[in-house]
Amino acid sequence: MSRANLPQSFDKIDEVRIDTDILIIGAGNAGCFAAIEAKRLNPHLKVTLMEKAHIDRSGCLAGGMDAINTYIKKDRTIEDFVRWSRSQAGGLIREDLTISMAEVLNKPIEEWEEWGMPIKYEEDGEEYKTRGKWDITISGSEMKVILAEKTRQTGCEIINRVVATNYLMEGNKVIGAIGFGVRDGKVYIIRAKATIIATGGAAGLYKPYQNDGNDSHHQLWYAPFNVGTGFAIGIRQGAEMTTFEMRWCATRTKDFNGPIDTISVGYKTPMINCKGEQILKTRYAHLGGDAAPRYIRANAPMDEWREGRGPCYVDTTHMTPDQIHDMKYDYLNERPSYVLFLASRAQDLSKEPIEIYGSDPYIVGGHTASGYWVDVKRATTLPGLYACGDVAGGTPNKFVGGCAAEGLLSARAAVDYVASVEQGIINEEQISQEKDRIFAPGFRHSVVGDGVKPREMEERLQRLMDEYAGGVHQFFRMNKEGLEYALRNLKILKDQVKYLIATDLHELMDAHEVIDRLDVAQVLVHHLMYREETRWAGWQTRADFPEKNDQKFDCFVNSRYNPETGDVEMFTRPYEQIISGDRLKA
Amino acid sequence: MPPVVYQDKCKGCGKCEEICPGDLMELDENKKAFCRAKRDCWDCMACVKACQFEAIETRIPYQLGYYPARLIPKMKEKEIEWTCIDINGKVDKFLVKTHNK
Ligand SMILES: Cc1cc2nc3c(=O)[nH]c(=O)nc-3n(C[C@H](O)[C@H](O)[C@H](O)COP(=O)(O)OP(=O)(O)OC[C@H]3O[C@@H](n4cnc5c(N)ncnc54)[C@H](O)[C@@H]3O)c2cc1C
Ligand code: SF4
Ligand code: SF4
Repeated sequence: MSRANLPQSFDKIDEVRIDTDILIIGAGNAGCFAAIEAKRLNPHLKVTLMEKAHIDRSGCLAGGMDAINTYIKKDRTIEDFVRWSRSQAGGLIREDLTISMAEVLNKPIEEWEEWGMPIKYEEDGEEYKTRGKWDITISGSEMKVILAEKTRQTGCEIINRVVATNYLMEGNKVIGAIGFGVRDGKVYIIRAKATIIATGGAAGLYKPYQNDGNDSHHQLWYAPFNVGTGFAIGIRQGAEMTTFEMRWCATRTKDFNGPIDTISVGYKTPMINCKGEQILKTRYAHLGGDAAPRYIRANAPMDEWREGRGPCYVDTTHMTPDQIHDMKYDYLNERPSYVLFLASRAQDLSKEPIEIYGSDPYIVGGHTASGYWVDVKRATTLPGLYACGDVAGGTPNKFVGGCAAEGLLSARAAVDYVASVEQGIINEEQISQEKDRIFAPGFRHSVVGDGVKPREMEERLQRLMDEYAGGVHQFFRMNKEGLEYALRNLKILKDQVKYLIATDLHELMDAHEVIDRLDVAQVLVHHLMYREETRWAGWQTRADFPEKNDQKFDCFVNSRYNPETGDVEMFTRPYEQIISGDRLKA
Repeated sequence: MPPVVYQDKCKGCGKCEEICPGDLMELDENKKAFCRAKRDCWDCMACVKACQFEAIETRIPYQLGYYPARLIPKMKEKEIEWTCIDINGKVDKFLVKTHNK
């Protein structure tokens, strides 16, 4: 695909206008399943996917996966699943959403297998091979390629290399989206009867600790090209968001910042500190030990470091050579370069265990509860807009299977919805403003020639968030004064957006990535300030409010950016328990 | 993490450019592939797998791991044959299944 130059002036911008029934933004895991389901329900509908990368290798699944963390096995029930997910998230989930997701959870996984993705079986051949309680093991190196092929076969329209930048609006109703082609430089105006947002979570809000040299800036666990655009474009239109303060800060392999479940869950290797103590069994036994909620397990190694008992490890020294080989096989399915990383240290895992450390914080609705506030149909608070996967809130512990399942649910609702609506009326004023906004950094480069590079602003943002909003260098801790400092500077940064310059289309994409991150970061900091307690140590540690305050905060903290005033309004929504039992116990 | 392109092996087919999720691979005026921002690479290895001429390899940034470890996938119809060579020259091989039928 050839690359166009940046348009030099407003009247040189080429437009592509498309009308469709259902527009899906983001052809990742959830987006592809949404497209497949919509076409399956009504083959006459026109379904369009807008994808910033290439559908074959985009999003979290680009490098593959070695496990699906949530699958309901034969002897388990939906109630068990809700209880488990609830306890893992410290008792705060949307039970209605979790139940509806669990009802269709197994379907996409079994379909993937039918389409060619290998899933491992137990020795007796009957059931999928289990890893942890709800995980199954797959050979998912090429799972995205397989899913993309299936999506193509349904006959939907796939538009690769177009970066969504905003929704098209008719009043408060979403009537499609606008974006630009990072290869062709055109503006895409896609009008749709219903829109599904599926752009994944947000990476790159915080500085990762690996970022000490130029070559390792993207040494991230989460997909670095998912920058939170889906949240940002909703925020800008006043969509209600929930629980951003429940950040995903996880224990990862140190320096590589890679997945850890492969080792600790897959091969039952215990976490140890520098003294060789099995930390979960000993120091954190009162919090649940090996079955402690995810945030406890994520924070334990960091607490050990802070107390002077780091470095910490997952102890691989008792693994057999076969197990070590199998574990590397699993990594080749998910993050193949981790095997290369071990080779770059000539590390013999039977002698030298794998070191672990905290990651930079992410906003990922597939793991925690952050994201759009949706109803059981996955309708957002903006009419005409549905959300699924890592961008949708309320349902932690979705992971691969749950994100795909939400793709199905959002498609079902969108197909219903389009039956009774007409295309919206495009506001040409909005289009012209958005074209200006999209290309401003390019125009500034050609006219003024000086300003702020996207990379510079990104690094400023990441440093700010890391130091004042509880990044990994602060052991995830924060206080009111620091958060206020972050907010003041975010405001300055948002004002400085007018100085961004881009020399080509790729840099223009970089510029919009940082603009979107600023909007997400601002809402995130408001959430972190509002919750004056510590509910999930590690994910959300308020040094100035170290205790949990159930009286005030056993509820959802939600926000709405007011497009008229520019203020972020904060409020709460009550917890609704549907499945009986102690919310902190599985 | 930075991918390296062996200039003599690159045929300029553009597959790596087509696939990179970060829009990082490009062809220069001589039709040779290069990575435009090594620091922005996620080392997903999509470009390495896509190259039919074994012209691209992923490298660990030196700040994190030593030179010259190598990991080379050979793509087959239903599996990938991986060869991993550590910094001391020790070779490890893996046959990873990719399709069940
Ligand atoms: C390294 C890693 C390991 C993981 N391991 C596991 C595991 O073992 N088991 C498990 O169950 N889960 C695992 N997960 C989690 C799981 O993969 C994700 O939660 C899930 O796949 C997310 O699906 P999604 O559709 O929401 O996002 P994605 O699949 O990431 O899709 C988002 C899509 O939106 C596109 N996009 C983003 N912005 C724009 C824009 N502006 N315009 C257009 N398109 C855009 C992206 O390119 C991408 O295609 C892992 C995740 C990672 C990153
Ligand atoms: S895929 Fe390989 S041969 Fe083709 S352009 Fe890229 S590096 Fe060169
Ligand atoms: S490894 Fe992945 S992110 Fe890096 S250049 Fe290749 S395709 Fe792009």
